[in-house]
Amino acid sequence: MTGFAAGTAVRVRDDWPETRGPVHIRTPHYLRGMRGEVVRPLGAFPNPEDLAFARTAPVIPLYHVRFDQPSIWGEGRSGDEVVVEIFEHWLEPV
Amino acid sequence: MDKDLFRAHHDLGGVSKFLCEPIDKEPHILTDFDREVDAIRQVLAAKKLMTTDELRRGIEAIPEEDYHRLSYYQRWIRSITDNMLRRGVVTEAELRAALEGQ
Amino acid sequence: MNLLETDSAALLAAVRRVLIAKGVLTDAEIADRIAKTEQASPALGARMVAKGWLEPDYRALLLEDGTKAAETLGIMIRGAPPLGVLENTPLVHNLVVCTLCSCYPRAVLGYPPFWFKSAAYRARAVRDPRGVLAEWGTLLPDNVRVRVVDSTADYRWMVLPQRPAGTEGWDEAQLAAIVREGDMIGVTVPDGARLREKTLYPER
Repeated sequence: MTGFAAGTAVRVRDDWPETRGPVHIRTPHYLRGMRGEVVRPLGAFPNPEDLAFARTAPVIPLYHVRFDQPSIWGEGRSGDEVVVEIFEHWLEPV
Repeated sequence: MDKDLFRAHHDLGGVSKFLCEPIDKEPHILTDFDREVDAIRQVLAAKKLMTTDELRRGIEAIPEEDYHRLSYYQRWIRSITDNMLRRGVVTEAELRAALEGQ
Repeated sequence: MNLLETDSAALLAAVRRVLIAKGVLTDAEIADRIAKTEQASPALGARMVAKGWLEPDYRALLLEDGTKAAETLGIMIRGAPPLGVLENTPLVHNLVVCTLCSCYPRAVLGYPPFWFKSAAYRARAVRDPRGVLAEWGTLLPDNVRVRVVDSTADYRWMVLPQRPAGTEGWDEAQLAAIVREGDMIGVTVPDGARLREKTLYPER
C-alpha cells in the first residue's frame, strides 16, 4: 500500500467495469476521471467488489475525498463540494 | 463523454431523468412485510450467510424496470433469495415446493 | 418463470419457511431482531447532538470517533458500520445522501425514511443540493458552503447541526427534543433557526 496523506491531490480512475460484465463497485459513476483532494484516511476495509460475490476480500485503505461540486456537473454554486468514501485502488496520484 | 451512458442503473447520483422529480417527504409507515425482510437480512448477516455487499449486488442485479417498480424491501427479498440460492443455503426445488404449499 | 420474479409476499413466506425448516434461523430470532431494530430511533442521535452542544469534550469525541461517542451513551454500534459525525459550522452545511443504495446511520437514527431511499433524493442531492434543501424550506445564507457527503462504502454519516440561538440555558433533554431526523441528515436545521428564517423571509 502506498497510502495517501490528507491534502494529497488525486484522480479517480476513469474506468468502467460495469460495461464489461457483472460487478459491484462503490465508486459512483459521476466521479470517474475527476480530480479531488484527500480529506483524511478512513482506515481499511475488505474490498466490497469481492465481498459482493462471496470471494476472499483483501483489505484496502479507504479515504474521504473532496471534489469541487460545480466542476463535476458544470453547474452549481462556487465553493460547494462533494465528499465521498473511495477505496485506494480507485485513486491515482495527480 | 456522457457518463450517464455507461453507468449501472442503480448508480443514481445526478442522473438527469430524476432531476425534476419532487421528493416525496411524506412519512411512509413500514409494513410487517418490510420489518420482517429487514430482520431476516440482519439475522443472515449475523450468521455470516450474507454480507451487505452481497445484498447490494443482488439488488443491483434486478433489471432496471423492476428496480424502479419494486418497493425498497421488495428489492431486498429478491436479493436475499438470489443470494441464498447462490450460496446453496436453499435450493430452487425447496423454494418451489414451499411456494406450491402456500 | 424466474423464481425471483415471484410475488414478493409469497417469496418472503417461502424463503422464511425453508430457512426455518432447515434450521438456518428461527421465528424467535426474527422477532427478536425486529424488536431490537425498533429500539433505534432519531431520539438516540438527538441525545448525542444535545450532549455535544453542552460538553466540549463530548463534541470533540463525536467528531473524532462517532462510534465511541455513541457507545459512551450506551448505544450499541457493535456489528454495525463505523459512525462518522460531520459538523455544521457558520460557514459549512453538510448534507448526507447515498447515491448507490441507501446507506443510513441506522444505529443512531433507526430505519431510513422513505425520502432518503427515493430515486429523486439520491439523484438530486449531489447535483442540486440547494434545490433539495429548498424543498424542506431550508434556505442557507449565501456565504455558507454546502458539503454533500455521498455515503458510498463502509462508514455511516450523521450531521451535528449548529445549536440554534434562543436555546441558552436549556438542559440536555430540552435540547434533544428540538433535534429531528432531518437535522441529522442535513435536509433541515433545528427548529429555532428555522423559525428565525421564516421570520426573516415570511413569503417563503
